[in-house]
Amino acid sequence: MDNVTLTINDIKVTVEKGATILDAAKKVGVRIPTLCHHEDLCVAGNCRVCVVEQKGARALQASCAVPAAEGMQIYTNTKKVREARKTIIELLLSEHAGECTSCYRSGNCELQAIAQEYLADGDAFIDVADMTEIDISSPAIVKDDSKCIKCTRCVRTCAELQGVSALWAINKGNHTKISTFMSKPMHYVVCTNCGQCINRCPTGALTERNYIQDVWSAIDDPEVHVVVQTAPAVRVGLGEALGMEPGRVVTGKMAAALRKLGFDSVLDTDFSADLTIMEEGTELLVRLKEALAEKKNVALPMMTSCSPGWIKFIEHQYPELLDNLSTCKSPQQMFGALAKTYYAKKKGVDPSKMISVSIMPCTAKKFEAARPEMNSSGFQDVDYVLTTRELGHMIRQAGIDFENLQDEKFDTIMGESTGAAVIFGATGGVMEAALRTAYEIVTGREVPFANLNIEPVRGMDGIKSAAVKIEKVKPEWSFLEGAELKVAIAHGLVNADKLMKEIEAGKSPYHFIEIMACPGGCIGGGGQPIPTSPEIRKKRAEAIYVADSELPIRKSHENPEIQMIYKDFLHEPLGHHSHELLHTHYTPRRNVK
Amino acid sequence: MSNTDKNEILNKMQERVNLIFKNSDCSAILDKALTMKQDDIIKSVTDSGLRGRGGAGFPTGLKWKGAAAASGNIKYIICNADEGEPGTFKDRRILEEEADKVITGMAICAYAVGVSEGYIYLRGEYNFMKDKLQGECDKWNDKFKSKKLNFTVNVRSGAGAYVCGEETALIESMEGRRGEPRNKPPFPVGAGYMNEPTVVNNVETLAYVATIIDKGADYFKSIGTKDSMGGKVFSVSGDCAVKGIYELPLGMTMQEFVDLFGDGDTKAVQVGGASGTCVPRKNFATTVIGFEGVPTGGSMMLFNSKRSMFNALRNYLEFFEEESCGQCTPCRVGCQQLLKGIEAIRSGERPVSYIEELRKLAVTMSVASKCGLGQSVASPFNSITEHFREEICY
Repeated sequence: MDNVTLTINDIKVTVEKGATILDAAKKVGVRIPTLCHHEDLCVAGNCRVCVVEQKGARALQASCAVPAAEGMQIYTNTKKVREARKTIIELLLSEHAGECTSCYRSGNCELQAIAQEYLADGDAFIDVADMTEIDISSPAIVKDDSKCIKCTRCVRTCAELQGVSALWAINKGNHTKISTFMSKPMHYVVCTNCGQCINRCPTGALTERNYIQDVWSAIDDPEVHVVVQTAPAVRVGLGEALGMEPGRVVTGKMAAALRKLGFDSVLDTDFSADLTIMEEGTELLVRLKEALAEKKNVALPMMTSCSPGWIKFIEHQYPELLDNLSTCKSPQQMFGALAKTYYAKKKGVDPSKMISVSIMPCTAKKFEAARPEMNSSGFQDVDYVLTTRELGHMIRQAGIDFENLQDEKFDTIMGESTGAAVIFGATGGVMEAALRTAYEIVTGREVPFANLNIEPVRGMDGIKSAAVKIEKVKPEWSFLEGAELKVAIAHGLVNADKLMKEIEAGKSPYHFIEIMACPGGCIGGGGQPIPTSPEIRKKRAEAIYVADSELPIRKSHENPEIQMIYKDFLHEPLGHHSHELLHTHYTPRRNVK
Repeated sequence: MSNTDKNEILNKMQERVNLIFKNSDCSAILDKALTMKQDDIIKSVTDSGLRGRGGAGFPTGLKWKGAAAASGNIKYIICNADEGEPGTFKDRRILEEEADKVITGMAICAYAVGVSEGYIYLRGEYNFMKDKLQGECDKWNDKFKSKKLNFTVNVRSGAGAYVCGEETALIESMEGRRGEPRNKPPFPVGAGYMNEPTVVNNVETLAYVATIIDKGADYFKSIGTKDSMGGKVFSVSGDCAVKGIYELPLGMTMQEFVDLFGDGDTKAVQVGGASGTCVPRKNFATTVIGFEGVPTGGSMMLFNSKRSMFNALRNYLEFFEEESCGQCTPCRVGCQQLLKGIEAIRSGERPVSYIEELRKLAVTMSVASKCGLGQSVASPFNSITEHFREEICY
């Protein structure tokens, strides 16, 4: 690789050819403000707040977009630079309806931070904010054009990471805006509700639909029993929302905080993640049996169904592949269906007086909970879905000193879980958990990987694959003797799309595919604390695997509460009750971009 | 000066240049070029001092040299016929009357630089001539084949955005995307259309290339001045005694120009269209029309003393507010603020002193915008508000 040497504020620096001025500045510890730049996305060079002065050049250079060149002399803090940046920020403020006191992103807004840094005047220029009515059509994502600064991070996220392109820049000049196909409302278009755009929006233009007030009302109502479940990835993200560094596991503090907030039952989605493994693992083995032993025409590869963003994606883009999806509900919805049946019965609570809340790293879960078919308990199975960020807000509102809370445990019956469930939060985790259980069911032995850690399915590669040789099986699984189980994992819908194209072309070699809509899996979910970056997601994933390794039980089928629910209530995986409560169907949708 | 005298001078000046609209045997010009060495053609174009006639004035020979040196799977030449600058209408006549010269210029570039595909990017509003122009291309494509030149040229239609005259926005548009300027570098000569080396030249520039090969670089150089060699086709409009399209030498003073074209009451000339510079009467004698003074893509709009410069400026800003691609902050928001700002001063919603904030904003736009569109808005804004402040703020 060729190198180039340049100076940043007279400091000499050598970088690889192709690196930007911004990269070079970072290398010598010079911070340059940015807004449209994002580590996960391609270069835009639009907002211009990162301009720097190059000796000998008339115009300023956008440091995020201009490659470092040999002999360049760059100055990042000249009068010309400071004045231009301040003016640019003031221009952005003029098209941004401030409302800082009431804005959901206040305190976590990049525009606010940079405006403060440059002491920019919000009234320097005439207000030109786009006062189009706020789009609250989606149960998951709120789009407020009056706060949009047209940085196109959302557009690039939707196109590059998700391959969806629900959002795009339309019109030009003063009419430029970020919009949907034919400017249809968000609920109408191909948006998967994944919320990745929210994670990358520098302002409050894109936020989750927040249900904080509804949940407070439920908690405040003495007649109501409020059950809360918390998804695996929340425990490695919540700390960030409360000022802690990325990568902290805060399971115990979270359970304590939820109790302090006033939830009546503090339970764990990890329980139903273990349950998912029992159901989905069995479903896979049944499909394999039908395909291999009975030579039936079965849809393979089977694909996971935990990620509601992924589900909406496939419903829009590949409706002909819906049979390949596992019929298992996501852990959230399994939990919801059981809370108002099994749990209510065991605890003697009237399910009509129960409100079921879930804390998710996800915005698509809000949409999933609102799907019309998700009422198999006889009620809406999950009433409110809060993101990790919303829970962080409630904990702050309640004045809880989160960092110094004593660890507490989840309540029983639906609160026990295993390491296999925890790793659901990271890409490859469902696959690893499923393999740990399925392999053991078939062979009676543990998976042949050191410490149960199935390394090939871990990590941040967009698509991962592995093959597991199945040998010395139990007699009832003899048709699998010598078979090689081929699996693949994709995260980020743009990667999922590649695997789907392979299936469509009849070239997919896999038996089982795990797909998570969000980069990194749920730890990088659209409901997780902002900001996100490859580094932050890596730390969260590491924390997930630490949490797994520290748990006494690390295989779903060994969870005593899972064993109990099958004994007392469900009787067997894919049984009658399971079918009614834990499995679902999908809806082909129009593909309107 | 009597009208007869004026006409006589004008005729003489036009006769002096008379390159673009003079009948030439373009087939013979191309044959001549094909006998030359490639490097010699580039040298000849360089020596002629020809600079881009679209307005930016980049040396054509240098552009070609860059493209010739660049490596790619294929190279392209695009004739920029997206003539969108308000007040400019000369490319339209060149294409209608002298398409042969333009296509010959493209073919000369193709031969010299190693280009095998050419496109004429025709502005949407000129679609009426598309079929005729494509017919010319087809005719020439046959000739290229018979002359064993590996080159084809075809017409592509623009969709009407002003910004697509900016070469990288033009390329984006040709590739089927939103017409938005790209980050530079890379420049099109290195990575342009389909990410391959691409020369983008204005219609008039390419027509001049043919005349340079025909008459020689020295002849071309002998017209104009040291910094502004050759002729230039002007689009003259506004309050004029005579208006229309004239090919004249570069390097005249504005006084000479106004004496020839003005109606005797000229108070200002907007040079280079909406994105150009406004020259007030007091500067006519000292202003040279050319790269050493006020460069122009050809538009010369004359205003007499009955005209309101506020209205002129507001008209330009309304244009820019709408025609900014909307991508970068300084241009998208800046254009709106300049327009709303002068209106607010007029209505009293902002104090007169606000004009200084707006002039500073214009300077920021000129150094911080992503492309030439946003960068050039300061030219009309700051020249008009400097010279006609009393018409803007009162």
